[in-house]
Amino acid sequence: MSAAAAPDSPSWWRRPGRISLPGLALVLGCAGWEILVRAFDVPAWQLPAPSAILATLVQDREILFGSLMVTLETTALGFLLAVLGGAGLAILFGQSRLLEDMLYPYAVILQVTPVVAIAPILLIWLPQPVAVLACAWIVAFFPMLANTTLGLHSVDHNLDDLFTLYGASRLERLLRLQLPAALPLMLAGARIAGGLSLIGAVVAEIAAGSAGAGSGLAYRIAEAGYRLDVPRMFAALILLSAAGIAVYAVLSLVSWLVLRRWHESALARGP
Amino acid sequence: MSSPAVVALRGVAKAFPSGTRALDGLDLSVRRGEFLSLVGPSGCGKSTALRLIAGLSKPSGGTLTWGDGGTGAVPAPGDLGVVFQEPTLMPWATVAGNVRLPLRLTRRDDETEARVAAALARVGLADFATAYPRELSGGMKMRVAIARALVTDPHLLLMDEPFAALDEITRFRLDNELLTLWRALGKTVVFVTHSVFEAVYLSTRVVVMTPRPGRVAADIAIDAPYPRGETFRTSAEFAGLCRTVGAALAGAMGESFA
Ligand SMILES: Nc1ncnc2c1ncn2[C@@H]1O[C@H](COP(=O)(O)OP(=O)(O)OP(=O)(O)O)[C@@H](O)[C@H]1O
Ligand SMILES: [Mg+2]
Repeated sequence: MSAAAAPDSPSWWRRPGRISLPGLALVLGCAGWEILVRAFDVPAWQLPAPSAILATLVQDREILFGSLMVTLETTALGFLLAVLGGAGLAILFGQSRLLEDMLYPYAVILQVTPVVAIAPILLIWLPQPVAVLACAWIVAFFPMLANTTLGLHSVDHNLDDLFTLYGASRLERLLRLQLPAALPLMLAGARIAGGLSLIGAVVAEIAAGSAGAGSGLAYRIAEAGYRLDVPRMFAALILLSAAGIAVYAVLSLVSWLVLRRWHESALARGP
Repeated sequence: MSSPAVVALRGVAKAFPSGTRALDGLDLSVRRGEFLSLVGPSGCGKSTALRLIAGLSKPSGGTLTWGDGGTGAVPAPGDLGVVFQEPTLMPWATVAGNVRLPLRLTRRDDETEARVAAALARVGLADFATAYPRELSGGMKMRVAIARALVTDPHLLLMDEPFAALDEITRFRLDNELLTLWRALGKTVVFVTHSVFEAVYLSTRVVVMTPRPGRVAADIAIDAPYPRGETFRTSAEFAGLCRTVGAALAGAMGESFA
């Protein structure tokens, strides 16, 4: 029957080289770093050795992982609101051209204004956790809006005619035609938005700085910086990168799971 | 010749905002139960005529009347099936999901699964209900599109160069399958093609159109009996009819026919 080889894992996972080669580079790089720091006796406040960073990571784990959770929570919530808001507004735009022409430029303005510049104002207006959340939302919102808008517009014309022929209502057209057609672009937008909302959260936490009562990872970095606790800065930085990678990986996996049966981007090519 | 008209176009014109007059003074009536082919040079308005009949665009002049002497109403959704040049399947839905769509949209909610299964069986794809379009060959996708057009049991089937993108062998096979379906179901078919041979082989009547503006240049009845098969395709009668249609087509294009 239809025994077309459905791929059973995403492409970035299937090729061993995609994981093992960067892993090898990491091990070699860390080894070189460790040797250099030891050989030249570099003080930890200038450049901590990987082993020292790892020790800090273990030693300060309660503070650091607690902060990681705070940042991840902000990121996740900002991302979720951005997906809902961006996709929702795009759907609204799709129903009314007038609304789109009226409001889309402001969405663009929101996007091109650097979030670092907006954060201080938001921090004055809003309680700090809300301001940080707002920043995470602002940067992630536009990719969702732009991609969903593009996706809703990229419906095959003949399919559109087919829906007209069978007297489809607006809602049916949206649910059965436009949203499924937009899904690949929406998922691509979500993948960008996920990383950006983490950046937005970090930027806002940094902007809040010592004045803030925050406890996110970026706040830990700023705080450790004042105290010249460089190993802890590195440890927090590593956690942030890991969080970014995890966000991207999870969203890629979701995208692949949703699209694997039908979309070209998720198909396995023969050798 | 005397069967009642399903739809009649009288002096139909279609001008686009760009200024193109795709059709002007098109007179054409489609009779019940016939297999009517439209042939004509590229750009003569065949697709435009089909879209007008399908109700996907409105004529800018002339009238389009349904039923004999304009007694009928405009067909309700589902009374009319269209097969486009491309299969036009939803890639995110299975074969069954694609065929089910017209039933869902037109709220024919009884015996949905049985109807889908029957439509797929008719085009020989019963085993592929759960496959996705990308897992099918070009010919199979086209058969899904035909099953989708048939699933609401329409009276009138409009087909716009449905087999143009297929290789000749697949095309012959689908031509034969289409003829079998047409004879079994007794539908009225309007079929657009670029191939004189395909038009003569399939049709009870071939209409040749001229370009700029599009109108009818020749109306040729093909009286050969059905079932038609290889014997008809290789007969002298077939060759003669192809020559007649070919000459009319060449005339429509303003060329002499060698
Ligand atoms: N949406 C449109 N806007 C403007 N002009 C159009 C549009 N659709 C068709 N036309 C023009 O109308 C004329 C007839 O087009 P149509 O697609 O009906 O031709 P056709 O006979 O189907 O050609 P082909 O055999 O190449 O498919 C062409 O000159 C085309 O440029
Ligand atoms: Mg055409």
